[in-house]
Amino acid sequence: MSVLKTLEELFVKGAISRREFISRTAALGLLAAVSPSLLPGPAGAETPQKGGRLRLGVSGGSTTDSLDPAAITDIMMQLLIYGQLGNSLVEIDHENKPVPELAESWEASPDAKEWTFRLRKGVEFHNGKTMDADDVIFSINHHRGEESKSAAKAIVKAITDVRKDDKNTVTFILEDGNADFPYIMSDYHLCIMPAGGDVQAGIFTGAYALKDFEPGVRAFAVRNPNFFKPDRGHFDEVETIAISDVNARTNALKTGQIDVMNRCERKTVHLLERTPNLQILRQDGFKHYTFAMQCDMKPYENNDVRLALKYAIDREQMVKTILRGYGTVGNDHPVSSANRFYAKDLPQRQYDPDKAKFHLKKSGLKDAKFRLHTAEAAFVGAVDAGVLYREQASKAGIDIEVVREPNDGYWSNVWLKKEWCAVFWGGRVTEDMMLSTAYAAGAPWNDTSWNNKRFNELLVSARAELDEAKRRNMYAEMQQLIRDDGGVVVPMFAADLAAATDKLGHGPLAVNWELDGFRGPERWWFKS
Amino acid sequence: MKTNTSIILRRLGLGVVTLLVISILIFVGVEALPGDLAEAVLGQSATPETVEAFRKELKLDLPPHVRYFSWLGSFLRGDFGTSLANGRPIADLIGWRFSNTLFLAGITALISIPFAVGLGILAALYRNTLFDRSISIGTLSAISFPEFFVAYILIAIFSVQLTMFPSMSNIGPQMTLLQKIHAVALPCLTLTLVVMAHMMRMTRAAIINVLTSPFIEMARLKGLSWRRVILHHAFPNALSPIINVVVLNLAYLVVGVVVVEVVFVYPGLGQLLVDSVAKRDIPVVQASGLIFAFTYVFLNLTADILSTLSNPRLRNPK
Repeated sequence: MSVLKTLEELFVKGAISRREFISRTAALGLLAAVSPSLLPGPAGAETPQKGGRLRLGVSGGSTTDSLDPAAITDIMMQLLIYGQLGNSLVEIDHENKPVPELAESWEASPDAKEWTFRLRKGVEFHNGKTMDADDVIFSINHHRGEESKSAAKAIVKAITDVRKDDKNTVTFILEDGNADFPYIMSDYHLCIMPAGGDVQAGIFTGAYALKDFEPGVRAFAVRNPNFFKPDRGHFDEVETIAISDVNARTNALKTGQIDVMNRCERKTVHLLERTPNLQILRQDGFKHYTFAMQCDMKPYENNDVRLALKYAIDREQMVKTILRGYGTVGNDHPVSSANRFYAKDLPQRQYDPDKAKFHLKKSGLKDAKFRLHTAEAAFVGAVDAGVLYREQASKAGIDIEVVREPNDGYWSNVWLKKEWCAVFWGGRVTEDMMLSTAYAAGAPWNDTSWNNKRFNELLVSARAELDEAKRRNMYAEMQQLIRDDGGVVVPMFAADLAAATDKLGHGPLAVNWELDGFRGPERWWFKS
Repeated sequence: MKTNTSIILRRLGLGVVTLLVISILIFVGVEALPGDLAEAVLGQSATPETVEAFRKELKLDLPPHVRYFSWLGSFLRGDFGTSLANGRPIADLIGWRFSNTLFLAGITALISIPFAVGLGILAALYRNTLFDRSISIGTLSAISFPEFFVAYILIAIFSVQLTMFPSMSNIGPQMTLLQKIHAVALPCLTLTLVVMAHMMRMTRAAIINVLTSPFIEMARLKGLSWRRVILHHAFPNALSPIINVVVLNLAYLVVGVVVVEVVFVYPGLGQLLVDSVAKRDIPVVQASGLIFAFTYVFLNLTADILSTLSNPRLRNPK
């Protein structure tokens, strides 16, 4: 079967053509075993079935949760509001491309400053109202303005004006050109609500309508008969249960009390994999773990120190030990191989104690002690990763002291404050979002306080560039700049691991967010 | 009887003062934690501007003493206020969770108290025999393991292997009493194992203590049977310490079961308190903290009254 797997991978990556793929698999007599998603048509294709109750057991529910999309911060509400109840103008498909959702089509002015979205006609909200331009303007403005306390405030800050052209056309005017604007409109906070309604009512346009919601405990939704996508929303009912303890989730899945669990424990997922009647849903997305050095604090203002620490980490071993193999190595920049403009040709940085020694010597800080602040709150295994890093670095004569910080308040007291600390990044669907959020000079979350003139210029011009080939080159250069000059060590990209009953059917999984881009409830089905 | 009433009234007055002090302590404690609600709720999306807007709307920018007294004022008027994080009335958040907590505590108490006291009496009756030793070892080992460990073992046996009881105890209003009891079987069993040892050992010790008194020797010399001596002469005199330890355990069952709630996904008050502390949602922390404090004060008072009533010497002080 491994031959088939390899062929499938080559085909998906575009390394071999469709014709070649079919003829080679047919030659092996394996055509029937090919993943049905790769070959359209009746040959082995699995048609989704309607019906059933999907029971999701998820982490990240809290009794403080609210149905206001502006307040979404964690997985339970993302999965409920964005995955079941609501839709935004644009959807991200499994190839990380923007596709029409509540907007039918869109176009940009040549400077990418004005974006016109034509809305889908005849879409009904759960309360029966038909969606139009006013609803879209209301929903976006909910996050804008001085008084907004939306978590998406920073995302929509670049919109200077929203204009209603007619009943079904809306134009967004941006501060500066942004070629990725459709991606922004796919954000999970930007679900479309009926204008003037109560933002906490849970009324949206999605595949399921909310029946019952108790924050941090349970949500229950039933199929929306007027849903505008005919080929989506297959379950009769969806029950979302907050289960914060990973063992409780695992037990509930194994005893059949839930159908899907998110965030499996990496230590035990190989046991789940062996359990009959279960399947593992793995997504290699944008999620990455970093060790962020503040380039404006001693001793990290010296690039030789930064390079020494970058050469002193064994990424392969990190992936093997900390991620138990469920992930991929990083290359000291935050762009994932799932991103569109990932720099494939940029050489992978290797563990090299000699080079680390060389740079440390050059920096003149031979006997310095480097304090790495970490806590489990940064990411699962962050403390172990710190200790492993210390061992690897000691081979290069670098002395790292692992400082264990309290979990509570890690993001307000350690992150952005200490000179070197472990950080979790969920990643972003576009290069621009990721780089503007955490690497642009002056950005509030620039956790390395990095300020590189060439990078900042490139970032702005690449954002407004509509020519794909030119953009690709610009992003490749930016990735190289971060890798060679930036203050961040990116040892690994972690895969999202969920588990489900094998009765659950699904197509190729999206990578933009966990659980099929949060859209599992809308996209999945039960096999008959 | 007059003295009894005045004692109770005085204790009630002290209880109210205790609650007031506790409310101040909780407030100061949560204030002293780093970060506030705006930062905690927004997490990584907390940009300075958004945090500012958040604080302004929820009046978090006012000085702490102003916020405390405005909270106290509405609390005294019977208004618990609304959760800062999601704007829901706190009474709605707490009401059904508290009744869930009481349901689990009640069922556990119904099983564990008679069982523990009964075993304690039997252990005293057959003290230093194999029977006594084995129940002592059994209950003490159960209490020595952490709660979550006992819980996982029970899940592995009764839920995964035997599939008798569910591993998840999410109970809802549409369930019948029998379904609810079936759902909470495992958390109830876990808690029973955890609280048994304390009550059983105390009953045994109290009875053995009384058994060394001269009047027991007299009763034996009269030729009464051991059973009669223990049940009619020793047990009533040993009641006072037993009542105290039973009530203490009852209080524990109400306020200290958050680990069991998490493992069994049981929607009780403990999880609410933990979430609200993590998000610095002070009104919810205050309300649930005070409910817990009230439970302790009330149960302690009950214990004192019951032990006074059970003991004629305390009932009629000289």
